[in-house]
Amino acid sequence: MKLTVWTYEGPPHVGAMRVATGMKGLHYVLHAPQGDTYADLLFTMIERRDHRPPVTYTTFQARDLGSDTADLFKQTLQDAYDRFQPEALIVGASCTAELIQDDPGGMSETMGIPIPVIPLELPSYQRKENFGADETFFQIVRTLAKPMARTKQITCNLIGPTALGFRHRDDITELTGLLSDMGISVNVVAPMDATPTDIARIGAAHFNVLMYPETAETAARWMERELGQPYTKTVPIGVGATRDFIAEVAQIAGVAPYLDDSRLRLPWYSRSVDSTYLTGKRVFLFGDGTHVIAAARIARDEMGFEVVGLGCYNREMARPVRALARDFGIEALITDDYLEVESRIEALQPEMILGTQMERHIGKRLGIPCAVISAPVHVQDFPARYSPQMGVEGANVIFDTWVHPLVMGLEEHLLHMFRDDFEFHDAAGPSHHGGHSPKPQAAEPAPQAAPQPENTGTSVEVVWLADAERELKKIPFFVRGKARRNTETFASERGVGEISVDTLYEAKAHYAR
Amino acid sequence: MTELPRLPAQGGCSNAPILKQRGQREVFCGLTGIIWLHRKMQDAFFLVVGSRTCAHLLQSAAGVMIFAEPRFGTAILEETDLAGLADAQAELDKVVDQLLARRTDIKQLFLVGSCPSEVIKLDLSRAAERMTEKYAPSVRVLNFSGSGIETTFTQGEDACLASMVPVLPKTDTRQLLLVGALPDVVEEQAVSLLEQMGIGPIKVLPAPRADTDLGIGENTVFALTQPFLGDTHGALERRGARHLPAPFPFGEEGTTAWLRVIADEFGVDADTFERVTAAPRARARKAISQASEALRGKTIFFFPDSQLEIPLARFLTRECGMEAIEVGSPFVHKGIIGSDLEMLAQGPVISEGQDVDLQLDRCRAARPDLTVCGLGLANPLEAEGLATKWAIELVFTPVHFYEQAGDLAGLFSRPVRRAGLLKVEAAE
Repeated sequence: MKLTVWTYEGPPHVGAMRVATGMKGLHYVLHAPQGDTYADLLFTMIERRDHRPPVTYTTFQARDLGSDTADLFKQTLQDAYDRFQPEALIVGASCTAELIQDDPGGMSETMGIPIPVIPLELPSYQRKENFGADETFFQIVRTLAKPMARTKQITCNLIGPTALGFRHRDDITELTGLLSDMGISVNVVAPMDATPTDIARIGAAHFNVLMYPETAETAARWMERELGQPYTKTVPIGVGATRDFIAEVAQIAGVAPYLDDSRLRLPWYSRSVDSTYLTGKRVFLFGDGTHVIAAARIARDEMGFEVVGLGCYNREMARPVRALARDFGIEALITDDYLEVESRIEALQPEMILGTQMERHIGKRLGIPCAVISAPVHVQDFPARYSPQMGVEGANVIFDTWVHPLVMGLEEHLLHMFRDDFEFHDAAGPSHHGGHSPKPQAAEPAPQAAPQPENTGTSVEVVWLADAERELKKIPFFVRGKARRNTETFASERGVGEISVDTLYEAKAHYAR
Repeated sequence: MTELPRLPAQGGCSNAPILKQRGQREVFCGLTGIIWLHRKMQDAFFLVVGSRTCAHLLQSAAGVMIFAEPRFGTAILEETDLAGLADAQAELDKVVDQLLARRTDIKQLFLVGSCPSEVIKLDLSRAAERMTEKYAPSVRVLNFSGSGIETTFTQGEDACLASMVPVLPKTDTRQLLLVGALPDVVEEQAVSLLEQMGIGPIKVLPAPRADTDLGIGENTVFALTQPFLGDTHGALERRGARHLPAPFPFGEEGTTAWLRVIADEFGVDADTFERVTAAPRARARKAISQASEALRGKTIFFFPDSQLEIPLARFLTRECGMEAIEVGSPFVHKGIIGSDLEMLAQGPVISEGQDVDLQLDRCRAARPDLTVCGLGLANPLEAEGLATKWAIELVFTPVHFYEQAGDLAGLFSRPVRRAGLLKVEAAE
């Protein structure tokens, strides 16, 4: 048993739903009690989909247990087939149905349904959402895809995008453009928007672009082995990765590399003098492995940040994330425990977090700005505008998204220069927060300044002398919290009980970079 | 003297046939009750003993982290727990030790059963007894089930409150008990109205903290503020308390009728009743008439969700001039919503339980002006051009009693007005 407050990933059948809901002409019959229908709202409310997920639940109740849950499953499967007339069905069990061992796959075989019925084995008590998506997509591909003649022109499949994915919708558009510029067209995008018929002709492509290893790597490996389709290993998020991706595609496809970077603004924006304030900002990264790996490179090489910590919640990606962390000279945090991530962030005191909705919330509590780089996501991560992460436009989007939660460059300079000016007094708060703050808490004056001396985790009682307290007030509010904590840590580590102006500046010098 | 509500001829829908269809249900399970109960009971922690799905449900239903460290969590069952049950009990002890060490502010701990823990028959009542002994007197440990194989949405609150009744101390005091978790502001209004009539002492269940002097006995009379409290109703009666059946306090009429029943029980004279209620009644009427302008003559269709459907249909048809096409409820407990059913004019289909696909067919055929449904159905129906009202707001928003009557009408009129305001076509 494991105590959980919040969780990064849902159960594996939610991963299967992400695949089914992304596709068309496929229906999922899920042996599950009525409460499991909550998952529908992830798609209709968080992703704002205009149709229900193509999922029929058996909705068994306590009184059905031990008697006719198996019949209920068969009846539901037959009804779903009759009503929705899908091209293919997937069948499986949620965590509760797994316990009653009705074997949806075996039952469906006996029913003579005249379309492919694909059974899913998703062990709910061992695995999680990403595994569920990956395994489901793999089973669908394995059942439906067959070797076939390649298209005359060079084509590829884009694999991995699912419903409820972080910017998957827009990444597809961006990648299709990049590939088209190199004369490569897209054969099938899957699971997103693919029908079972599309999956059947997936083998016609020359190679696969693996967009999100989390949701399609198993299928990619199988297609490489069984259909002779190589797949790309670079995920084109960020400028450097996009260039590497183009080179990789060119090599696989045997065409000349080409990237139209006329709309690429990240490198110049990043080099512009206004971005000086980004230098060495200490950032902490957490999310799914794919996005964290991409973000770490962008943070260090393309934004000039210092990566002070990174990690991922999906253990499947632990190995590459650990290796990457070693390159950065830090230790990776691999955990799905939200509280562990929170305490690591608290200890590291970064100036910015690049994380998930969870870290956004942690950041709010600790007064640290946060930009979202990965699922789990919230309704605001499905913006109406075009907002990819991949390719040229993705890099531009990422620059904006990461910079906005920080105090803007010019504004930070002005705050330094005019810090005693009446318009820049502490309570005024950064002017850009009004437009960007998603929660009322952020509108409170300077939450960053909240003193938390009791959280330093040291036993020595540290007292601020009046002079030092006054001096501290002169420090701009958005760094004051950190200055206070740093000074207190500095003092208590040295057994200094009273903080004077000198202690303050000694600490400042100590932590200066 | 306050006029009695004009009842429809032939006892309204009291004897209307109830449509029961068995199929897929599109409802939350009872675990979701935790989301508002943990706000109401400030020293309680709700520990769901369940699966990753349960944790994911609570998180999704709570809008992905409204609260930094909420007073609920999940003890996620893993493979090893499923192998042997004795092992699971020991594991649970470990989790609870860990939890209570971390959260010393917790005075009431609810072990909440889920689908998987019910299916493997993990005995949470035994665990609760064992832990009560261990942690008494600082923490009281209770258990109830919010599992989706046994409960829907609001039944979780019912199961929770019912679990508290047997451990309440006995008292012989003549008292009024208000039952149901209400937002504080609403609860205060109700208590204030009753106190102005000289009724007292008044207690509420759930109390905001464990250490209150709430007792129960044969001289206790109780009034329900929510129609989904069937088990709690039964548990209170078993402790000797007596139920005051009344329409539910939604809208001016419902609030007046609800207060009237209590006032009669406590011998409040007509003049006093009139003096206390006249002004808020007038305010409520005025607010309803303003807010319900957009609703007059419009049709409404209820998908089952919170068990509030029948009292709300009564309010919307009688006070807001709507016409109900179908009123679906997860359960119809006639002993509790009998008065509301009686006041609801004949005409609508009353349905219990759900086959969501068949119900969607009926809804599409009827094309109601407003459809009340859960979050899974709302956007898809909007995409079909049907205005919807999220049923969940009716549980989370203050909607009871006079001062909220206008807001309640407003919750329904806003989507209708919005549907009329928008002049855009959806692209998708």
